Amino acid sequence: MSVILTAILALLGLAAVFGALLGFASIRFKVDGNPIVDEIDSLLPQTQCGQCGHPGCRPYAESIAEGGDINKCPPGGEATIQALAELLDVEATPLDSEHGEEIPKQVAVIREDECIGCTKCIQACPIDAILGSAKHMHTVIASECTGCDLCVEPCPVDCIDMVPVDQGLAAWHWHSPKDQNIIATDKMGLVTEGANLS
Amino acid sequence: MSEYLLILVSTILVNNFVLVQFLGLCPFMGVSNKLETAMGMSLATTFVLTLSSVCSYLAFEYLLQPLGLEYLQTITFILVIAVVVQFTEMVVRKTSPLLYRVLGIFLPLITTNCAVLGVALLNIKKQNGFVESILYGFGAALGFSLVLILFSAMRERIAFADVPQPFKGSAIGMITAGLMSLAFMGFTGLVNI
Repeated sequence: MSVILTAILALLGLAAVFGALLGFASIRFKVDGNPIVDEIDSLLPQTQCGQCGHPGCRPYAESIAEGGDINKCPPGGEATIQALAELLDVEATPLDSEHGEEIPKQVAVIREDECIGCTKCIQACPIDAILGSAKHMHTVIASECTGCDLCVEPCPVDCIDMVPVDQGLAAWHWHSPKDQNIIATDKMGLVTEGANLS
Repeated sequence: MSEYLLILVSTILVNNFVLVQFLGLCPFMGVSNKLETAMGMSLATTFVLTLSSVCSYLAFEYLLQPLGLEYLQTITFILVIAVVVQFTEMVVRKTSPLLYRVLGIFLPLITTNCAVLGVALLNIKKQNGFVESILYGFGAALGFSLVLILFSAMRERIAFADVPQPFKGSAIGMITAGLMSLAFMGFTGLVNI
């Protein structure tokens, strides 16, 4: 009897000590920052356009995490509001028209022969999707452009147009992979295809 | 001194945990697809294996043995390993977010690595002392890392090779592992004790 009791007590004691250690560690090594912010941020369209009144998507995500409204993102539109409402388990509200209206996806296009190379649009672009240097023509990388139209305002010669993007089946493509660390084995498919052809 | 060196050489090459003793095969096959993840896994395993080897030795020496509870060693070691892994994860997460991102999911996965429990149990079976336990755990981890990194580098190249259809994917991985195991048998006569 006492043997069993010793065994149980020893294990209990050990478990209690470890439990206390982990409890202490969870307080001592508490990580600041809210994981929900990351989840909200991943649902936002990452246009960094600032139409919500915050300087970018992440600050907006932080304000939502603190209980802010979820209906301030025109580029994301209804779809984003629905996804946020589902994530946070709150009522989906219609888009707040104060911050803008939902418009079809656009990209900025620079009329290149009119561009004077002032670099003002490059500075305005939140995602570095404009290429060019001083006194040389600039151009927009269409696949990078989020259509936030922040570059239109600063242009002194008004040579930037916002052009709607074709949203049909032909323009559809897979979402880019979450993990961007593409290394040799990820290109396996491409390489073997090439090998078969030759 | 030479005794300690012998332990290291023995655990890394001669009695390699993966290829000779066949412990820890699941991470060996599971995370060897990419060199990068293999490195993260080896780093995490080295850390945890050394630490848990020491902790389980201490738990055995100062708790189980004085109370005559040697038969509880397995369950105690599992507890110790789980706590060490959890504690390490917390500390790493706080002190080095970068390392935490690199190790990622591998850190908690180590709990289920049989090599970790194997080292703890073998330490007791071989009646290793304190320093020997540290070296035994560290050597086992180095051996695991060496094999895992070599294997993943090989698999990355095999991915490009023109492998016959039936052998593609895991099958050729198994064959490679078998050949590596054969190669490591060559170390058997390396040290004469």
